[in-house]
Amino acid sequence: MSKYTIGHYSYQPQTKCELHRLDQGPPTQALLTREQGLKYYRTMQTMRRMELKADQLYKQKIIRGFCHLYDGQEACAVGIEAGINPSDHLITAYRAHGYTYTRGVSVKEILAELTGRRGGVAKGKGGSMHMYAKHFYGGNGIVGAQVPLGAGLALACQYKGNNEVCVTLYGDGAANQGQIFESFNMAALWKLPCIFICENNKYGMGTSVERASASTDYFKRGDFIPGLKVDGMDVLTVREATKFAADYCRSGKGPILMELETYRYHGHSMSDPGVSYRTREEIQEVRSKSDPISMLKDRMISNNMASLEEIKEIDVEIRKEIEEAAQFATSDPEPPLEELCNHIFYNEPPMEVRGTNPWSKLKSIS
Amino acid sequence: MSSLFSSLKMMTKGAMRCVLITNHLKFFETIGNFQLLQVTVRDALNQAMDEELERDERVFLLGEEVAQYDGAYKVSRGLWKKYGDKRIIDTPISEMGFAGIAVGAAMAGLRPICEFMTFNFSMQAIDQVINSAAKTCYMSAGLQAVPIVFRGPNGASAGVAAQHSQCFAAWYGHCPGLKVVSPWNSEDARGLLKSAIRDDNPVVVLENELMYGVAFEVSEQGLSKDFTIPIGKAKVERPGNHVTLVSHSRMVGHCLDAAAVLAKEGIECEVINLRTIRPLDVETIEASVVKTNHLITVEGGWPQFGVGAEICARIMEGPAFNYLDAPVIRVTGVDIPMPYAKILEDNSTPQIKDIIFSVKKTLNM
Repeated sequence: MSKYTIGHYSYQPQTKCELHRLDQGPPTQALLTREQGLKYYRTMQTMRRMELKADQLYKQKIIRGFCHLYDGQEACAVGIEAGINPSDHLITAYRAHGYTYTRGVSVKEILAELTGRRGGVAKGKGGSMHMYAKHFYGGNGIVGAQVPLGAGLALACQYKGNNEVCVTLYGDGAANQGQIFESFNMAALWKLPCIFICENNKYGMGTSVERASASTDYFKRGDFIPGLKVDGMDVLTVREATKFAADYCRSGKGPILMELETYRYHGHSMSDPGVSYRTREEIQEVRSKSDPISMLKDRMISNNMASLEEIKEIDVEIRKEIEEAAQFATSDPEPPLEELCNHIFYNEPPMEVRGTNPWSKLKSIS
Repeated sequence: MSSLFSSLKMMTKGAMRCVLITNHLKFFETIGNFQLLQVTVRDALNQAMDEELERDERVFLLGEEVAQYDGAYKVSRGLWKKYGDKRIIDTPISEMGFAGIAVGAAMAGLRPICEFMTFNFSMQAIDQVINSAAKTCYMSAGLQAVPIVFRGPNGASAGVAAQHSQCFAAWYGHCPGLKVVSPWNSEDARGLLKSAIRDDNPVVVLENELMYGVAFEVSEQGLSKDFTIPIGKAKVERPGNHVTLVSHSRMVGHCLDAAAVLAKEGIECEVINLRTIRPLDVETIEASVVKTNHLITVEGGWPQFGVGAEICARIMEGPAFNYLDAPVIRVTGVDIPMPYAKILEDNSTPQIKDIIFSVKKTLNM
């Protein structure tokens, strides 16, 4: 039996939980078991190393096109997943690798999708922004378009009466999209079990929130929809807030809006160095004071829930897993040309597709 | 009960007339041994939706005014009374939002019918139709299906001017991942809409407002609950030997009218009703061209990059080219935004005389 005991402590969120149209917010005390702590640590660290590996592969030109990295925001994805059930639904925008992982896709399949190989989760046909899994609807490239989709997923939950909820994520940049307000209106009107979550990482590409939004209180932008704002760098805060939001939705009260204050270390994408619109000092300060993984690690060690050696062992295992996945992702062959026209339709008899010239008649199966 | 009285009024108008009232009674007259039923396109669409709603509880309808108003053009009349708020949903005026909601519901396994009051308004939501619906099966390598139907009136109406008269057949027909159908008569409407609802993929159903009130004979087979028309198959409405007329939607009627006039002069036109825009049934057109050696396409939409343009290209690329005795002719809407004044509007889309003129030109008469 381990020498560690089950931990229980009340955390002090770095920023106060702010409420909008809510009388009370999530509990300020959280129970963290050793098992949970190690799981969250492992998941966040895996996501971190996976994104850094993607950075490396992109610079080697083995990953092409768009690559929007999630490092710094791990506590959001992990905390949300800890606050919902696998049977719930989740949809996000293009900064999606982390969620693809928390929703059950292996690092191997994610990296192989990024490198465009046949072993990728979408057989190499989707790329960074189009990865899917059970109850995970991507990965969406058009900013804001995923929000009505999420409201629709919530409508399906309500229609089927299965007590499931849909977590619908968007960023501070997307928050000004008109279709989001259309979704708010319909979700509130029909009391859809939709948890709208704004991951506010302070910048929409190169535009800071102050330069984009007349109101930067994103948790209030739902107007008639109750909202809360919490520290998105603390995985426990995120978990408790998500549980609170999910309970709210499941009780039939309608949608709720959550703003997670978070930060991305990388630029908007791999083609953005990320330092023209913010200072290196700012990035460094977040890294040293609010890094989600360090914060959890420190908390666990100082509460005698894990030893430094144990954590280091986990790190070594993760490094190995990532290396193996990267190995696979770089050595797996690209999809065969025969795949080119497949999967246009679902459940469809084989058909012919016009190629680049009239004599090129390609085969398509679904 | 008022609809029952109005239907009785209609019954006295003709010997062989039948009115189908979805929620009330079905009654028809028999003449001799034949049961001939006249069904308007509106009622055909209504019945199709009613039957599919009954058959599969995952099917539901959403759009503006579809429920309590009975549909802006009364296509969904009676459905809300029968199925209630859960299955027939009135939306606020939020095309992009509710189209996205419909797509999301389809991703979760429901089978939504998303009505656009006219397809002109679908432009606001076109990103959801193309990027969220059409492309998803491919992007996910078959993991994520989107079994959705987008339907509504398309193309020119009467006096509704430029912003409400555009034909979207070419726009939607351009995109892989979508199926696009364009019914002409009641049988088309029933069969294609039912096929669209039963299809596991995104289908755009381009109806026509001017056709809603037109009644057509529908066979008993066409009225059966499982009657479907395969998507991707055109129909030869009228056989002929001298020239092929290919059309879709309302213009099919114009072609048949032109053919009747031309027949008096001894010119026999073969009239093909495309029924489906995408995938285009080129084989049926080719077989006809092999026979007639002359081809004319007729559409209500604009000429550039349109349905007729696509047919021309395909015929040229295929075996039928060698059977053409003359270049393919396109009869199209005039290349202008639709004007309002009646005389201008009448001259903005193909009239029967335009088709007759083109036939005679291509036959060198």
